[in-house]
Amino acid sequence: MIEFKLPSLGADMDRGRLLEWRIKPGDAVKRGDVVAVVDTSKAAIDVEIWQDGIVDALLLQPGDDVPVGTPMLTLLGAAVPITGAAEVRASSAPATAAAPPPPSPPRPFASSAAAAASDHRRRISPAARKRAEELGIALERVSGTGPDGAVTLEDVQRAAAPKLQAATLEERLSAMRQTIAAAMARSKREIPHYYLATQVPLERATEWMLRVNAERPVTARILLAALVIKAAALAARRYPEVNGFYRDGAFHPSPDVNVGIAISLRQGGLVAPGLLAADTKSVDEIMASLSDLVKRTRAFSLRASELSQPTLTLTNLGDQGVELVHGVIYPPQVALIGFGKPTRQAWVEGNALRLIPVATATLAADHRVSDGHRGALFLAHLRDLLQAPEKL
Amino acid sequence: MDASEVRTSIAEVLATIAPEVDLAAIDAAAPLRDQIDLDSMDFLNLIVGLHERLHIDIPESDYARLVTLDDLMSYVGAKLQ
Repeated sequence: MIEFKLPSLGADMDRGRLLEWRIKPGDAVKRGDVVAVVDTSKAAIDVEIWQDGIVDALLLQPGDDVPVGTPMLTLLGAAVPITGAAEVRASSAPATAAAPPPPSPPRPFASSAAAAASDHRRRISPAARKRAEELGIALERVSGTGPDGAVTLEDVQRAAAPKLQAATLEERLSAMRQTIAAAMARSKREIPHYYLATQVPLERATEWMLRVNAERPVTARILLAALVIKAAALAARRYPEVNGFYRDGAFHPSPDVNVGIAISLRQGGLVAPGLLAADTKSVDEIMASLSDLVKRTRAFSLRASELSQPTLTLTNLGDQGVELVHGVIYPPQVALIGFGKPTRQAWVEGNALRLIPVATATLAADHRVSDGHRGALFLAHLRDLLQAPEKL
Repeated sequence: MDASEVRTSIAEVLATIAPEVDLAAIDAAAPLRDQIDLDSMDFLNLIVGLHERLHIDIPESDYARLVTLDDLMSYVGAKLQ
C-alpha cells in the first residue's frame, strides 16, 4: 500500500486546505490525474497524483487544513496487468507479493441498472434513506462510513452540505502578500545575488513574428514573450548552473527546464507558475501554454506541479513596462531572467547606424552556484538565440 | 450596428479581461492601454474577443492604429460596415 502525501506547493507554501476530492475509494488513477483540489494563498490548486494505482482510502475530509507532507490517501498497487519479463519475475516472487487484482465481473446491465443493483446491495440505514429522499440526494453518490460501508444518516447530511468555498479574493490577496514577503525576504537574506545585463536587438525577432502572424488567424498569433521563453529555456539547457535548486547547502541542477513565468494579477500580487519542459516545446506550444497559464493564474486555478516545479523564473516586463529589472530570485531557485520593454534605439552594426527595436535582458543569479563569467555566457547565448527566431 | 452597440461589445469583451474597468471612466481620446493596464497578452485577448464576438479580423499590422478607445470604436465600426 502506498501513502500519497500533500505535495510541496512551492517553497513559500507550507499548508493547504482540502476543498474537494476528485476521486473516491475504488477508483483507478493514473500518474498525473487530479485527485483533489486544495486551496492555498495563491490559488485553488489541482493536486496531481504521482503514480498509478487504485484508491484505497481517503484520509482527509474537505475543510481540513493541513501541512505539506500530510498523508492524503492510500493507494493499492497499479492495476495494469503485468506482462513479459516482469511476469517471470513476479511468478518467482514470494507469495506475499501483491497479486494482480481479479478481473472485474462482466456487467450485463446498462450502467443505470448496474448502479441501481449496487445500491440494493449496499447497506443504507432507514434514516439515511428517508433523509436522502427528503433532500433529493442520489444515494449511489454518497460514500458510506458505517459498518461494512453502510450509508448512515451522517453521510447523507455531509453529502447535502454546501460545497466548501475557495478563499475570497481579499483573503487570497492578503495571504499572497504574506507568502511573497516571506519568500522575497528569505531570498534577500540567504542568496548572494549578482546582476548582469545585455542589450538584445529584436529586429529579426519582430520582423519574423510580423511575417508569421500576418498569415495566421487572430486566434493563432504568437507574442514576443513566447520567443523569449523558448530562448531562455534553450540557453538554460546549455548553462545548467542557472537551472535547478539550491537545497541543504548544495546546488541540484535540474534535468528539466521548467520556466516559471512571473504573472502579475490585476488586483495586485504575483504568481510565477511553471511552463513545464519549455525547452522541448515548440514556440506555438509555448504560446498556447502561456495563454492557458495566464488565464488560469488570474482565475486562481493552478496545478500543484506548476507551483512546485519551476527551475528558474522569467519576468517579462512586456511592451507597457519599463526597460530593465534587477530580479529577486525565487528560492530555492538560483536565477531569475528579466526581459525589459523593447524600445526603438539607434543601433550600430558594422559601420552603419540604424533604428531598431532593442530590449534589455538581465540575469540575477546565485553567487553560491555560478560566477559572472558563466552568467554572462548564458545571457549572450539567450541574445544570440533571439537573432535566429525561425530556429527556436 | 451603431456606435453605442460597438461600444457595448468592446465593454463586454474588456470585462472578461479586466473586470474592474469602468468604460465610462476612460478618456476615449487618450491611449487606452496606459489607462487600464493592458499587457500584450491582454491586448491580444481583446483582439481575439472582438473577432469571436463580431466576426471581424484585425491584422496585426493594424494594431498600431488602435491606440485610444475612439480609435478602436471607429476601426471596429468601419470593419462592420
